[in-house]
Amino acid sequence: MIEVKNLTKIYGTFVAIKDVSFQAKKGQILGFLGPNGAGKTTTMRIISGFMPATAGTVLVDGLDIFTQSLEARRRIGYLPENPPLYNEMRVEAYLRFAGKLRGLSRGDLDAAVEHVLEVCGLREVSSRICGQLSKGYRQRVGLAGAIIHEPQVLILDEPTIGLDPRQIRDIRALIRELGANRTIVLSTHILPEVSQICDKVVIINEGHVVLEEALDQLPAGTSLEDVFLNAIARERGHEDTEAEEELEEVGAGRSSAQ
Amino acid sequence: MRNALVIAGREIAAYFVQPIAYVVMTVFLLLGGWFFFALLRRFDLIQQMYLAMQNPAMLQRMNLNQMVIEPLLHNMAIVLVILVPAITMRSFAEEKRSGTYELLLTAPVRTGEVVAGKFIAAAVLILVMVVLAAIFPLILVLFGNPEIGVMASGYLGLIFLGLAFVAVGLFTSSVTQNQIIAAISCFGALLLLYVISWPAETGGGTWSGFLRYLSLPEHFATMVRGIISTKDIVYFLSVIAVALFLTQRSVESVRWR
Repeated sequence: MIEVKNLTKIYGTFVAIKDVSFQAKKGQILGFLGPNGAGKTTTMRIISGFMPATAGTVLVDGLDIFTQSLEARRRIGYLPENPPLYNEMRVEAYLRFAGKLRGLSRGDLDAAVEHVLEVCGLREVSSRICGQLSKGYRQRVGLAGAIIHEPQVLILDEPTIGLDPRQIRDIRALIRELGANRTIVLSTHILPEVSQICDKVVIINEGHVVLEEALDQLPAGTSLEDVFLNAIARERGHEDTEAEEELEEVGAGRSSAQ
Repeated sequence: MRNALVIAGREIAAYFVQPIAYVVMTVFLLLGGWFFFALLRRFDLIQQMYLAMQNPAMLQRMNLNQMVIEPLLHNMAIVLVILVPAITMRSFAEEKRSGTYELLLTAPVRTGEVVAGKFIAAAVLILVMVVLAAIFPLILVLFGNPEIGVMASGYLGLIFLGLAFVAVGLFTSSVTQNQIIAAISCFGALLLLYVISWPAETGGGTWSGFLRYLSLPEHFATMVRGIISTKDIVYFLSVIAVALFLTQRSVESVRWR
């Protein structure tokens, strides 16, 4: 359903992600893990068609996100890290706008809005103004906007960040439900979240993939935490030594200057 | 086209909810009314002076169009130079800052449609403002005998002028995520278009002819005098087309950076 092939993104001279590849099938929930600044958001922005990669391609349902962008974007629902809400709009009006923007016809719109209000538990806030909602509700309105056109692919950038435990539980349940007949890519740095709701995990560190594995394929007895820390530590391992060498050189430079 | 209208609809609602539209219209009409009042007072005073001097020749030459409507339109154009940057500054800058830009650019909508939607929304607001400002000539028609055709031509000019300003404002808003930067650079660009022919006033030659062609008030003034010529319409349409094209490129540029 989603095939990410050799994505590289370079901002000026900064390499944000390098040669990132992974894939997710229909009905799979893919947990996209990585420390802060590893390139998760960059990757998701590329998959969602917000910006292009410097190199590499993304296929969504066989459609290239760059060359067949409009068709591919029709199949994607994307929830950025900050829910893209218009603060002056009421929740229901916002959802209608999101639906129309995704090409829902007038006839389907009412039913679709009703449906997402129900599914995301937004019934009681449907006439509130987006700018006055709590973080948890904002997140849910964003999610409702992302799924209003019943997309085959859902890209969720840290959907549970900033929520209270009960809301986290609700959102996770909702994601599991949605994932039954869709492909979901979900980024997070909360490890239990991945073991609870995902079928597959991709770990990214410093811009490249260090692990792509189905959760039930992970060696028995090891926790995801160990896997994650090991994968990152392996990376850090030689970088730390490089960094130390550099430090030593600097130190040597200083002492010679004195 | 449908997408452009969807975006325009949301924009217009935002103008009225926020409530930028009311503030802008109030300021525009209030200042317009003040100019109108001042010009009319002056007209009245001069008329009484000539009556007292019993000078029928001069009285004959007094003209409502020239003495009231023309300066009124020029003054309102200057007010637009100040108001339009305030209308357009948020159009793209605000979306970038608040993150809704990601919603727009990941929806199955062409960047051209996004730009068209924003332009239509601001254009509607300008249209409403100018139509409301038609109250001034209406008063003249009720109590005097101005030439309606000339006034209509001037108001048409004001609409074209406003649309050209809006297009420039959309462009400056599309290159930044800071609304103040968007507004100030728009204001600068519009003011420059206003005074660009100043160095040309003394000299002749192709260079000053070119500057005069670029100058907004030159073309606007022709329409205010009641002359609708293709040359001026083409000028306004070109400014709009070039600015909207640049806006579309600048929005699209997120995709090549």
